[in-house]
Amino acid sequence: MTAAVPSLFSAVSVDYRALAPVLIVFVGAMVGVLVGAFVPRARRHVIQLVLALVTLVAALLTLVLATVGHSAKTVGGSVVVDGPAMYLEGLLLVIAILAVLTFGERWGGYEADAFTPMGAATPGSPQEAAATRAGFTTSEVFPLALLATAGMMLFTSANDLITLFISLEVLSLPLYILTGLARRRRLLSQEASLKYFLLGAFSSAFLLFGSALLYGYAGTVDYKGIAAAIVAGGSAYEPLLLPGILLVLVGLLFKIGAAPFQMWTPDVYQGAPTPVTGFMAAGTKAAAFGAILRFGYVGIEAARWDWRWPVIVIAALTMVVGAVLSVTQTDMKRLLAYSSIAHAGFLLVGVLGFSKAGISGVLFYLTAYALSTVAAFAIVGMVRENGAEASHLSQWAGLGKKHPVVAGTFALLLLAFAGIPLTSGFTAKFAAFAPAVTSGGRAGIALVVLAVLCSAVTAFVYIRVIVLMYFTEVAPSEVEALMPSALTTVVVTFGAAATVILGVYPGPVLDLAANAAQFLR
Amino acid sequence: MTSPYVAVLIMVALGLAFAVVAVGLSAVIGPKTYNRAKLEAYECGIQPTPRAASGGRFPVKYYLPAMLFIIFDIESVFLYPFAVAFNQMGLFALIEMVLFIATVFVAYAYVWRRGGLEWD
Amino acid sequence: MHTVVTSLVAQGGSVAEASGVTSLAWLLVALPLLGAAVLLLGGRRADRFGPLLAVGLSWASFLVGLVIIVAMLGRSGAARAEHLTLWSWIPAGGFQLPAGMLVDQLSMAFVMLVTFVGSLIHVYSLGYMSHDPDKRRFFAYLNFFVAAMLLLVLADSYALLFVGWEGVGLASYLLIGFWNRNPAFATAANKAFVVNRIGDLGLTLGIALIFATFGRVDFASVAAGAPHASQGTLTAIGLLLLIGACGKSAQFPLQSWLGDAMAGPTPVSALIHAATMVTAGVYLVVRSHPIFDAAPNARLGVVVVGAITLLFGAVVGCAKDDIKKALAASTMSQIGYMMLAAGLGPIGYAFAIFHLVNHGFYKAGMFLGAGSVMHGMDDQVNMRRFGNLSGAMKVTWVTFGVGWLAILGVPPFSGFWSKDKIIEAAFIGDGWRPWVFGLAALIGAGITAFYMSRLFFMTFHGTKRWTDDVHPHESPLTMTVPMVVLAVGSAFLGLILGPTGGFTHWLEPVVGGGTEGDPVIAVPILMVLTLLLVAAGVAYAWLLYWRDSVPEVAPQGSLVTQAARQDLYQDAINEGLFMRPGIHLTRSLVFADSKGVDGAFGGLAALVGGLSARARRLQNGYVRSYALTMLLGVVAILGAVWVIS
Repeated sequence: MTAAVPSLFSAVSVDYRALAPVLIVFVGAMVGVLVGAFVPRARRHVIQLVLALVTLVAALLTLVLATVGHSAKTVGGSVVVDGPAMYLEGLLLVIAILAVLTFGERWGGYEADAFTPMGAATPGSPQEAAATRAGFTTSEVFPLALLATAGMMLFTSANDLITLFISLEVLSLPLYILTGLARRRRLLSQEASLKYFLLGAFSSAFLLFGSALLYGYAGTVDYKGIAAAIVAGGSAYEPLLLPGILLVLVGLLFKIGAAPFQMWTPDVYQGAPTPVTGFMAAGTKAAAFGAILRFGYVGIEAARWDWRWPVIVIAALTMVVGAVLSVTQTDMKRLLAYSSIAHAGFLLVGVLGFSKAGISGVLFYLTAYALSTVAAFAIVGMVRENGAEASHLSQWAGLGKKHPVVAGTFALLLLAFAGIPLTSGFTAKFAAFAPAVTSGGRAGIALVVLAVLCSAVTAFVYIRVIVLMYFTEVAPSEVEALMPSALTTVVVTFGAAATVILGVYPGPVLDLAANAAQFLR
Repeated sequence: MTSPYVAVLIMVALGLAFAVVAVGLSAVIGPKTYNRAKLEAYECGIQPTPRAASGGRFPVKYYLPAMLFIIFDIESVFLYPFAVAFNQMGLFALIEMVLFIATVFVAYAYVWRRGGLEWD
Repeated sequence: MHTVVTSLVAQGGSVAEASGVTSLAWLLVALPLLGAAVLLLGGRRADRFGPLLAVGLSWASFLVGLVIIVAMLGRSGAARAEHLTLWSWIPAGGFQLPAGMLVDQLSMAFVMLVTFVGSLIHVYSLGYMSHDPDKRRFFAYLNFFVAAMLLLVLADSYALLFVGWEGVGLASYLLIGFWNRNPAFATAANKAFVVNRIGDLGLTLGIALIFATFGRVDFASVAAGAPHASQGTLTAIGLLLLIGACGKSAQFPLQSWLGDAMAGPTPVSALIHAATMVTAGVYLVVRSHPIFDAAPNARLGVVVVGAITLLFGAVVGCAKDDIKKALAASTMSQIGYMMLAAGLGPIGYAFAIFHLVNHGFYKAGMFLGAGSVMHGMDDQVNMRRFGNLSGAMKVTWVTFGVGWLAILGVPPFSGFWSKDKIIEAAFIGDGWRPWVFGLAALIGAGITAFYMSRLFFMTFHGTKRWTDDVHPHESPLTMTVPMVVLAVGSAFLGLILGPTGGFTHWLEPVVGGGTEGDPVIAVPILMVLTLLLVAAGVAYAWLLYWRDSVPEVAPQGSLVTQAARQDLYQDAINEGLFMRPGIHLTRSLVFADSKGVDGAFGGLAALVGGLSARARRLQNGYVRSYALTMLLGVVAILGAVWVIS
């Protein structure tokens, strides 16, 4: 090997049209930081909210009007904007818009928003009390959300292991911070943030180590190069391949909360401010599955007979853990966390379909799950007792009597999680499991049967919550659903409408997902 | 077999040698007079902050300049390869680097305006 | 290696696409659904006109059904069934799951039963619920139930059937718990909920297995694919569907909820827990006949369940003093007959449905009669406090009497035409089966005669046992007219449809038919034997409950009687097995402190619950142990891969 260092550098071409949506979000985030620096405190909240919404809508419009139909492999092959990437970018932008709306909810001025007035103040300290009295807001949540969104979008397009790692960190770091910013129960929130950070760093290390092994095996970090190396075979470093693949997958599976890497999920979901939980649950899952699909289908597809089994075991374990543990949960946010773990398992079943239909099934499942989840967490944020979120299940008893519309909407979303027909959950399960049945072989069928069993267990849990809301008579309590402003109303209405529409007439979205389900290699 | 790593090894050896020689020489030939001011942590008159009451932990504000330093440290590290490869990449690299520095400065502006650079 | 037989399955089948009035079939579901929506969303504004609107829409649905069935009668047998594609529900690449309605002879028989009896009960409820402050909600739920039930029977695929299945379940809980001011009533709703979850689990798994086997879930594809699937798979599907049917139809061993469901308003008991919803299990078995035809072992399971339940319900019915619970036990037993018939295969399907329709009329009539008695007796249900009401409530007495004769199977009342056929069919076959199942059906008929006569005599005859502060009176016209109409149906429906073979011919294109072989006992002898047993049952009841005076406090009775009063302890067993964990879970959710549930005990739910509680201990909140778990996971994965490869 000669010292040909300088010749390694050359300018890459950047396809700005393909990258425009991501870049817009990044620029919006930067402007948001400047707003945080130079705009007087009193006006920040409104300006940041509007700026974030404008940025996201502009990115979405750009995506739809300019980028769609313009598949490209750009920045030296490390970023690919193709069907699945564009579909997921669109989905992520929609999730981010909904999430930002819930971030901005201030309950018509009666209640403060979900975030601590001063993240740096020690919980219970005089500084915190002063900040609360002065009505400070942590308007940084909006640029942070934009940064996370941009990271998520890039995560779905990453076509080499370095970009994968960078975008993983770009999406994770803002989420770590957002997790620690809850207004109430701040210690729980900060603990969750620290846990998320430590375990996230731990999993990133696995991902990096795996990347190193794969680089050792293939001599490149590019997915295409890795794929070519696997197909060519005969590498001297053959033993590095499978450990490398699995370690990279561990880093990705951590993000979706697959067992045995799910331990952080309930603690973090519970501790994070509720709007952040919704954003995280929907967004991270969509982004990470995008990355898993691309890595699995483009990079290491040729070796799938080797890495299939561990993933099958993980999928089965994830479904069982999510379903079984959801039975004894008594906190609504933890319950939804375990539900999200179970859904991650169901999604993995779709990934293991290994077909175009599998990709589109996963894409559709992500859409259905994300929209229902954001709305569900928005509702969780509405139910309060004496101003604090009433997240213990017992506090939800009899909610159906007092707030039939809120409870009814929540019941609808729960039915969707349970996969009852005519809701989006059923369509999603159908679309994701069908490929596993037809092209997943015996293991696919076994996984689908297990998935249905687990769905039945989780259905019991969800329907029990409905029973609790409607059929349990309890002593009068202070629990009530706050009257939301237009922001939350829009989110809940959109989520509920999507849940119904995707359940009753999912054709157009299924078509969209089917047309998008082609990776550019 | 002149591997490119030989140069690196020589560099490492030189660095080590310089450190050892510098520290060793000052120990050997430096004057050895001690007084109260000499034994302070900073020999420039700044009073060292007393240790935190909670038992030996540094207040979090020490970490803030440390982190800021790392950001700019990385920026300067990144500027080196840019400088080396500038000839081959031309205007594109210049624009990218300006964008990069601008991005870092956005963060800098935020830290500055929000009081991150003030000690108290 | 795949068990998928998709390639063999042709989409659609031989059923023609709907034309003419059949294409209006969606109105059947849409009209009552509209009613439910208007009543629920209309709020207090809908209080005044709501109930009448609900009644009107229910009748409108009946009229649509009538028009469709008249048009259907105009076509020849094979061309009667039509398929109405509603919309392309889930077009996922190669997997098409259209939402459609199968308007055939079987579903239309149900449509007529559900809309007609349902509408009558709507009318009855106008009188029965007239004083309830919340009757708008009640009628909304009733309308919703009718819509869901119609969707269940009109669905063209298991997926859509499942929507209706869950819908009627929901309506059932809502209506059982309608008076949930009373904790016992709310508990009953919870009980129905938990037991039904187990049934629904069976159905869900059955549908999943159908999907895994055939790649589709519509009835036509399943029918086309069933002959090609393996015997074991079909048996598994059949048994899973049977579990679903047992839950919904209160069949052994999932029957425990039905008695407690009587906590709901009486019209609800008549409509949902006697005439329609509880027969959905029978419908499911008959609708899945292609699977059961090809899986004799699954059929045997159905027959066994039916036989056990019919005897079980009959024995329990003998000991109940609560008039509604006695009727509930009788319902259980009668559905047992239907299941038995459905399990017999092609010779039994038509009779199962025929009995189902007849039962819908006479049992609904008797429940309405019981409601009328309760209405006149200040909501008392203890039959030991009734007696000699025949004078005070003439209409109720006569209509109830007709229902009583019908369920006894006295010719020419309707029960005779279907029940005798089921007993005959049960005696057909080789080996031990006809003797066991035939005798079960035969003995069941005798016990039925005893307990129904006991109920009838204790209520309307013998000595007056009510206290002086009760003033029995006849119910208003809105209540008596539906009872009269149902009594007329109970009296003549069988006579019209039975001896002519009209009903069996009507169903033949759907479920097949024809009698294979003769009963092991000659038909006339069997008929005489049945009638003799019935007469004996009636006579014994007459001795005990009409001639002799009935003690106002129940005597201790024999061990058998005590056991029967306790539902043969099945309730206790089921309670330990299914119910207590369920109650425990729900209750602990409400009352548990923030530490949460420590565990659930015993049975199925506890298995999951216990596992869950144990696994929860891993979730101890320490980030170090989380990291350790992750590390162990990674090590395990890499280790396993290293060992294997």
